[in-house]
Amino acid sequence: MNAADPTVLRALAAVTAGGPPATGRGRADDAVLSVRDLTVRFRLRGGRSVAAVSDADFDLGAGECLALVGESGCGKSVLASALLGLLPGNAEASGTALLADPSGAGPTDLLTADEKTLARTVRGRRVGLVPQSPAAHLTPVRTVRSQLEETVRALTGTPRRARRKAAEDAAERAAFPGGHLDRYPHELSGGLAQRAATALALIGDARLLLADEPTTGLDRELVDRTVDELRRHVDEGRGLLLITHDLAAAARVADRVAVMYAGRIVEIAPAPRFFGPTGPRHPYARGLLDALPDRAFTPVPGMPPELSALPDGCAFAPRCPLATDLCATRPEPRAGVACHHPEHPRA
Amino acid sequence: MLELDTVTAGYERRAPVFRGASLTVAPGESVGLLGPSGCGKSTLARVAALLHRPDAGRLVLDGTEIRAWRHRAPRELRTAVGVVFQQPRTAADPRLTLAEIIAEPLRATGRRTEADARVAELAPAVGLTADLLTRRPHEVSDGQLQRACLARALTLRPRWLICDEMTAMLDASTTAALVAAVEAYRTETGAGLLAVGHDRVLLNRWCDRTVEWKDCLPAEDTP
Repeated sequence: MNAADPTVLRALAAVTAGGPPATGRGRADDAVLSVRDLTVRFRLRGGRSVAAVSDADFDLGAGECLALVGESGCGKSVLASALLGLLPGNAEASGTALLADPSGAGPTDLLTADEKTLARTVRGRRVGLVPQSPAAHLTPVRTVRSQLEETVRALTGTPRRARRKAAEDAAERAAFPGGHLDRYPHELSGGLAQRAATALALIGDARLLLADEPTTGLDRELVDRTVDELRRHVDEGRGLLLITHDLAAAARVADRVAVMYAGRIVEIAPAPRFFGPTGPRHPYARGLLDALPDRAFTPVPGMPPELSALPDGCAFAPRCPLATDLCATRPEPRAGVACHHPEHPRA
Repeated sequence: MLELDTVTAGYERRAPVFRGASLTVAPGESVGLLGPSGCGKSTLARVAALLHRPDAGRLVLDGTEIRAWRHRAPRELRTAVGVVFQQPRTAADPRLTLAEIIAEPLRATGRRTEADARVAELAPAVGLTADLLTRRPHEVSDGQLQRACLARALTLRPRWLICDEMTAMLDASTTAALVAAVEAYRTETGAGLLAVGHDRVLLNRWCDRTVEWKDCLPAEDTP
């Protein structure tokens, strides 16, 4: 990374000097993760490319939960993969994503770090991943206990005799019942499998947790329980990036909400304002909320654009009730919202 | 009338998933069946969709008790019921284009010649563009594929529609769009609906009445 690059300097300032910049509320006093201008392109055959993520900018503080919401296919999961260095070979990532180092060493740029650094010091140790479908994430042929002990051995080097205890402690931290430790993944309910996966994500005591759609397909009671448990880990001082399309889950636990549309973050707002009577300012964010069955239950008209053929201007304009000629140029983010005619707070 | 009368159902020799469940859906009515995961509501949906033979009890569709189960229920009864499942990825053949997926019920019933016209009617009703119809499942999002699966359930103009957690994988806007498409079809045809799910807020908003699954049985709830 080039230290003279102004975006790097801004990100460095956020990570080292403490305090997220004015764009976010942040209950945190220091940023665990600081992302600037994160852009991911997939190269396709025939010279086409897919703009999966464009110019993502955000900070995530310790003890803070940032919910990244948006329709399926908007680039949310690609962003998470970029942060873990798990993009496929035809992807190109640019920008910076600085992960603070609690030991006092300088921050690590997750986008430029080599595979050895990511594998040995980042994944599992400094960034824990709570996966989308725990049933697919767990090894089907081994018990939960054996998978926890293996992860304890790989991440912490705990001596053999202490591993059993360490694995049981990890299960307890994720509220996984000890009596189920000797079960195989197929013998677990969806909720318990989710806790087993969370227990694995917590073993390395990472300060940053990435949860990629952790509640898909769970019923409401289990969704509430899962996100409440994630919130508990946030309150212990971790930063949580919660990627979800479930607005009710986001409303329950997030401190701030980032709305993604066609690969861009179009609004970042404090959760109480976003979900409260004031509401979000971007017309797309308002449309998402209006689609909820306890609100207007009206879909946003049309469908999101193809990420391989984005318009030059605002990508939401073709679906936007407020679009004007101005929208042929792309709006720059101002005060947390990227729109030429952000709505005023609801009366 | 779609009527399940003290139905018991299960899988092979294991204990039944539920015993003595009764549920009716009147013509043109929409009924939401609410319950936590693992309670057996998907099995009940499969019985109501004539895809799973009950072990005991009566299953009556428009006055005809379904007795002639061999491998499956008789075709003329099965085609009166359209089904949408939770997971579009496992419900759609990955080798077909979305247009072929929507036309499949016509092909399977020997009415291939009607396919193009019916697909052209259904695609805009579920919000699919001509470009999307030429793609295969791996080239579209979950929401787009589920739109095709809903269209497929409507292809043969069923009098009954069973939606088993149709929107559980989808975002709020796609959910609202699919529910609107179902309701437009029901307004046009007067079809009855059984929507199975765990989202109380959604089913209360969507359906005429909801039925709560309690103690392994559906219990009549709010009108």
